[in-house]
Amino acid sequence: MTTSDLERSAPAALADRHGLTPIGQQPALRTYIAALWERRFFMVTFARSRIAAENAESRLGQVWQVLNPLLNAAVYYLVFGVILGAKKDIDNYTAFLITGVFIFAFTQRTIMSSSRSISGNLGLVRALHFPRAVLPFAKVIEETVKTGTSLVVLAVIVLATGEPLTWRWLLIAPLILLQLMFSAGVGLVFARLTVDVRDIAQFLPFALRIWMYLSGVMYSITVFAETRDAHPFIEWALRVNPAAVYIEITRSCLMAGPQTQVPLWTWALAVAWAVVLFPIGFIFFWRAESRYGRG
Amino acid sequence: MAVADERTVRRSNAGKPTVIVDDLHVTYRVIGPRPAGAGTDGASALRRVLSRKGSPGLREIKAIRGVTFVANHGDAIGLVGRNGSGKSTLLRAIAGLLPPEKGAVYTDCQPSLLGVNAALINSLSGEQNIVLGGLAMGMTPTEVKEKFTSIVDFAGIGDFVELPMNAYSSGMSARLRFAIAASVSHDVLLIDEALATGDAEFRRKSESRIRELRDEAGTVFVVSHSLGVIRETCNRAIWIDAGTLKMDGDVNEVLDAYESLVEK
Repeated sequence: MTTSDLERSAPAALADRHGLTPIGQQPALRTYIAALWERRFFMVTFARSRIAAENAESRLGQVWQVLNPLLNAAVYYLVFGVILGAKKDIDNYTAFLITGVFIFAFTQRTIMSSSRSISGNLGLVRALHFPRAVLPFAKVIEETVKTGTSLVVLAVIVLATGEPLTWRWLLIAPLILLQLMFSAGVGLVFARLTVDVRDIAQFLPFALRIWMYLSGVMYSITVFAETRDAHPFIEWALRVNPAAVYIEITRSCLMAGPQTQVPLWTWALAVAWAVVLFPIGFIFFWRAESRYGRG
Repeated sequence: MAVADERTVRRSNAGKPTVIVDDLHVTYRVIGPRPAGAGTDGASALRRVLSRKGSPGLREIKAIRGVTFVANHGDAIGLVGRNGSGKSTLLRAIAGLLPPEKGAVYTDCQPSLLGVNAALINSLSGEQNIVLGGLAMGMTPTEVKEKFTSIVDFAGIGDFVELPMNAYSSGMSARLRFAIAASVSHDVLLIDEALATGDAEFRRKSESRIRELRDEAGTVFVVSHSLGVIRETCNRAIWIDAGTLKMDGDVNEVLDAYESLVEK
């Protein structure tokens, strides 16, 4: 919003003379990251307070975090597993399905709640000064903490279905981190888009639902490609889909059967989606920093 | 605007400028029905509502329309004007919280708005909110720890600090919010009214705290409908009318002119 030197107004020239700088300018990326790091305690406290508030507001509190995907899984088991018969093609369909539902729910919830983090907190954005990325990041932290709880439940269920506990279960930790980076990146993109175009908030749940059906949550992509004789491009597109990548690797870690094992390049994809999407999302969000708050 | 420009140039020789507002325009965009025909009387409004004319769309509200002034070190500036004239918007724009549509605000530091309400969560306890609010205002965890007791004492809420804030009386929560907000001092401080709430004793306490904050700060902006508060705390006043600067000068001069117009 600066004018060229030739047409600078008297107040602007005065500001120059006294070394004053325009407020609300786009911060440099390095300064922005430093400011964000300075506010890390706020970020974490904000996330923890939100969780505490949510627990205080409903009697079952945190239980819904686990109950919700479980109920969804029950419906999918009935519709896809029993009625449509996906169950008979897959060993241990219960563990297969529940892993898919829980892992997809993590990405879905992270994207949904960070997409609303700015538009849903305009009061805060208009009242206090802090790097706005604090808000989507706090949401990501919140969802990660909640996911930690549901992962424990997932582990218990998977063990109960008869899967053995192997060293590969340890790979879940780095895997969740990669998925977290990917989801946060997408969430940051939508956090900005929702501010510019509010209707995206209405459209997003629908898009995420379609994405879930395309990600092999309740069916096996391998079985689908074989039985339907799918075009190689379609099979490839289904497989490189980041949600499918994270779901299939998690299954390969938690389940011992030969059916769920994945080639090594799937791991490469998991890393690639994370290290590409996270910086893209962050920079995309940062570039509109000075515009948040107009609403 | 010519008069204001002359004044800014003259004033610039007095003290070092801390905030320069240069031809500032702020526009809000709200989703609402597009204006469907003229008329603001009841009949046309009723007609509009009943016929559902005016499809929803983005409307622009020009809250600030070209304001220019210079605030110097040591100034305590009262902003006066009618409801909806743009005082609070101007304050938020100076704080850098609302992006300007046109023009700019220049400062050498970060002006801060006195207020923390938006960061607090009512279903959490007072102590959790003190920590959350302190961190939201940019304190470090150590600073929060140091100031914790003084915040609780200032708010005078005693053991209630352990209870959720939605169990407080409205006066108590107002006191706690003020105590959190007023616990840090800033170079350029922006005070929106509504803060000085509570009973007479607390009002006295909070007014003296605001004076303290003003003395610690380089420049203070105060928005208030109470002209008495502005006369008492400010040396300069700016009269905002319909988003433009109507008058800028010595506090008594401006308030006398404002009062004489309002009383008519």
